[in-house]
Amino acid sequence: MLVSSPQMGNVHFFLQDLFERLGVDYLFPPPNSRRTVALGTRFAPEFACFPFKVTLGNFIEALEAGADTLVMVGGIGPCRFGYYAETQRRILQGLGYQFEMIIIEPPLAHPLLFYRALRRLCPSLPLFKIYREIRASFFKAQSFDFLEKRALEVRPVEMVKGETDKVLAQVFEELSRAKTEEEIVEARKKGFAKLEAIRTKGKPCLKVGLIGEFYLLLEPFANFGLERFLNQKGVFVERAVYVTDWIGPSSTNPVQGISNEEIARAAHPYLSHFVGGEGRATIGHIVTMTQKGFDGLIHLTPFTCMPELVAKSIFPKIQSDLDIPILSLIIDEHTEKTGFLTRIEAFLDLLAWRKNRKITPRSTFINWLSNKREKKLATYGIKRR
Amino acid sequence: MDVYLGVDVGSVSTNLVLLDDEGEVITYEYLRTQGQPIRAVQEGLKRIYSRLSSNLVVKGCGSTGSARFLTAAVIGADVVKNEIISHALAALKFEPQVRTIFEIGGQDSKVTFLKDQVVVDFAMNTICAAGTGSFLDHQAARLGLPIESFSELALKAKKGVQIAGRCTVFAESDMIHRQQTGYPLEEIVYGLCQALVRNYLNNLLKGKPVNPPVVFQGGVAANKGMRRAFEEALGFPVVVPPYFNVMGAIGVALLTRTYIQKTGKDTNFKGFEIVDFAYATESFYCDGCSNNCEIAEIRQGKKILARWGSRCGKWEMGNLEESQVFSFL
Repeated sequence: MLVSSPQMGNVHFFLQDLFERLGVDYLFPPPNSRRTVALGTRFAPEFACFPFKVTLGNFIEALEAGADTLVMVGGIGPCRFGYYAETQRRILQGLGYQFEMIIIEPPLAHPLLFYRALRRLCPSLPLFKIYREIRASFFKAQSFDFLEKRALEVRPVEMVKGETDKVLAQVFEELSRAKTEEEIVEARKKGFAKLEAIRTKGKPCLKVGLIGEFYLLLEPFANFGLERFLNQKGVFVERAVYVTDWIGPSSTNPVQGISNEEIARAAHPYLSHFVGGEGRATIGHIVTMTQKGFDGLIHLTPFTCMPELVAKSIFPKIQSDLDIPILSLIIDEHTEKTGFLTRIEAFLDLLAWRKNRKITPRSTFINWLSNKREKKLATYGIKRR
Repeated sequence: MDVYLGVDVGSVSTNLVLLDDEGEVITYEYLRTQGQPIRAVQEGLKRIYSRLSSNLVVKGCGSTGSARFLTAAVIGADVVKNEIISHALAALKFEPQVRTIFEIGGQDSKVTFLKDQVVVDFAMNTICAAGTGSFLDHQAARLGLPIESFSELALKAKKGVQIAGRCTVFAESDMIHRQQTGYPLEEIVYGLCQALVRNYLNNLLKGKPVNPPVVFQGGVAANKGMRRAFEEALGFPVVVPPYFNVMGAIGVALLTRTYIQKTGKDTNFKGFEIVDFAYATESFYCDGCSNNCEIAEIRQGKKILARWGSRCGKWEMGNLEESQVFSFL
């Protein structure tokens, strides 16, 4: 059995480590390229979203490279993502590939399906051992995320351009070699020390938050390396989602540092229920990031993404309340780098211009709003946790 | 006399502007790019040069538009800035209190919102070009009319006929249908303007309020029918500034002027001699990895001026970054 998976940000580090621990052969998915997109677009339904097309392309390239088992995550909720794995399985079967597709459903929502998927991957290992290995591997994956987050803080102010990237690659290399928990902790500590040692100067000129659909935020190929581009212009970037927060079972989002409940609470005045995907989280992040003093936000959404469209339709209301600039960009296979980056550059100019004239988002409005809401909840006898 | 040069090379037109020390327009040139940006810039410079008196000294030059990096490599620009900011700067000069800028160019359309003379929001067409100048250009060609005559025809119409503006192709089938059922030409022409305006307001504004004063600029502003359609749709007058078709070039020239005056730097301008230089562009595929990036290269004789297009950055050469001139805004 040779297992492969789609490519998304750092997720392959996690999977490679996990499968190695479980004794399963893992094929590193061939890196995303124009060919991946071309293949995916050719065989995917036209109105499927961009992530569907790229991951389908990943699968085809992995099968070409010799993989016979594909791992894809499932999902629940109104977003179409939940049945992507199934659709992709059928498309690939229609193309005549021989393979097995293992769909990993969220363990809390579908414990039985999750268990079956695990059993298919490693039929002989005792369950507690699988659990232990997943935990250790997840801990390692989290370390990748923490280090990446730290790099996002250092890169905008690095003295020598490109130093952070070099150090980060080195740190990742060392971390991926660590096996036991002690080794991971050790490698992580060392990694942080190395990032700390990068010489910096000054302060970031702007603070920008990246919000929107998770795949576009996590996969640098899909967003044209937006984070790095912004960092190199001296802009501090905070990303609304990290790989382990997204796949992890807990709702506390340890890497991001803000729990799903908090996000939902922040979104509540504008959107009071789950709309699938990251729709509500996008709204919540706008509110919390404004509160944290961000200058502006960049919203990425795939063409035909329903949850993000729902969120987007609320933007005018939020913007009139909070006066926070939001640049909303739609990405699909037709998006061209130049046009994309031109809009980003103009947006940065806009933010800098505002900052020069001391026009800041109305973060006090949120306090007023949440106070009002607190009072309303108090009348029902509900207290904030 | 000290002058500042602004060059805006867009998809359809190439505009050059000379500003004096005070930021007033001395002369300008508007010509079609016709897919040859370098040739257009050279031609424009030649025409401007032939009109100049000899005591002018170019103190600085800037480039904007979709070919801004290419142009910067050719003329040696001091400031490279995107067209959104350039257009806003120019509009502010002619209408200091402006709150909304409608800009419709050859292949893009944008709306910019300002407050207290600062850009606070903008939107640009992303996945559809139905609301742009090329649309009108196409339909004019279909009707067998020169685009310049659209203006008068549209003004003559009592009302416009209903034409779907969401998609260029469907608009065309609607238009053919109207022609075949015998509607007068001017009503069809004005109907096209209305369809374009409707598409623009729906697609770009997305329910955001439009506050007057509204400035309407870009090449399409030459079309008085468009202005009339906008005014009817919005219910208040729309200002078309005097140099509406070269506003991008004015904006970047203004920015260059501020930049040079505040920093006291010398210009990188390569002089009007460049009109006689031969430039060659070439592109090739890099086979370093599976991305197979297409690399474009511009050369002057044997010297490589700039090169771009690679994802990893290994081929990039020359000035490919926008100028960090935030503090001069």
